[in-house]
Amino acid sequence: MYALSSFIAGLIFGLGLLVSRMANPAKVLGFLDLAGAWDPSLAFVMIGAVAIGAVAFAMARRRASGWLGTPITLPATRTIDGRLVGGSLLFGIGWGLAGFCPGPALVALGAGIGKALVFVAAMLAGMLVFELLERFGPSSGREEARWHL
Amino acid sequence: MTIDWTAFTPWSGVIGGAIIGLAVALLLLANGRIAGISGIVGGLLRPSTGDIAWRVAFVAGLVAAPVAYAIVATLPPINVEASYPTLVLAGLLVGVGTRYGAGCTSGHAVCGISRLSLRSIGATLAFMAAGFLTVFVVSHLLGA
Repeated sequence: MYALSSFIAGLIFGLGLLVSRMANPAKVLGFLDLAGAWDPSLAFVMIGAVAIGAVAFAMARRRASGWLGTPITLPATRTIDGRLVGGSLLFGIGWGLAGFCPGPALVALGAGIGKALVFVAAMLAGMLVFELLERFGPSSGREEARWHL
Repeated sequence: MTIDWTAFTPWSGVIGGAIIGLAVALLLLANGRIAGISGIVGGLLRPSTGDIAWRVAFVAGLVAAPVAYAIVATLPPINVEASYPTLVLAGLLVGVGTRYGAGCTSGHAVCGISRLSLRSIGATLAFMAAGFLTVFVVSHLLGA
């Protein structure tokens, strides 16, 4: 049941990316190109998503556990540190280079786009590099990166 | 700044965004989890007991979405203009960056702003700024 509910959530998320046209990197790059012919659509996707999301998080705050009985776990970390900002800057550079972030890339992969497969493979390699650096790198043994969204 | 009115799709944006919001709501209220895609995928590379199935299921749902969409309607265009070397570099940066930054567009921008997390808003400002700057450099300074 838990996995089925998760599958449906992933499916709906992917359909939302398709309906909003955000699975298309050209559309995302149109938003990021402020100095060119700017396409503000992505901002409207955020408005729609946050409007529903804010209601969901307000409801979640009043509950200890979800409909399926497991605890609702929200991130506890509040600090804005170098890891957060540096990582986000690297992510933003990669996002701006190809117009793909993780969700749209997985949806494009499902649509049979060969270039999405290349991006997803490289993304997984990048995540694996992070895991290896965390485990064996110079700063390993430090407190584990507490929360990941 | 000039707005590209021919490309601008506010309605499909808001409606598609609301559908994304519903997916966030379902995973949060049913499963008690935050729909942060880089975290869900990244967690598969750090397996812990009983934590794999829902992650695989969520990713399978994302990948299945275009198949389901194509049953009822023609898929919208997906244009990937980046070259293969650019895609590899971009993928590596997105992979490493989202893990160090503890989130991507879904976890920090959609979920983080929805719950008014200052940390997520900071991360969103950082990756948005880097995205704007990267496109400016690539399209207008390097003239690619």
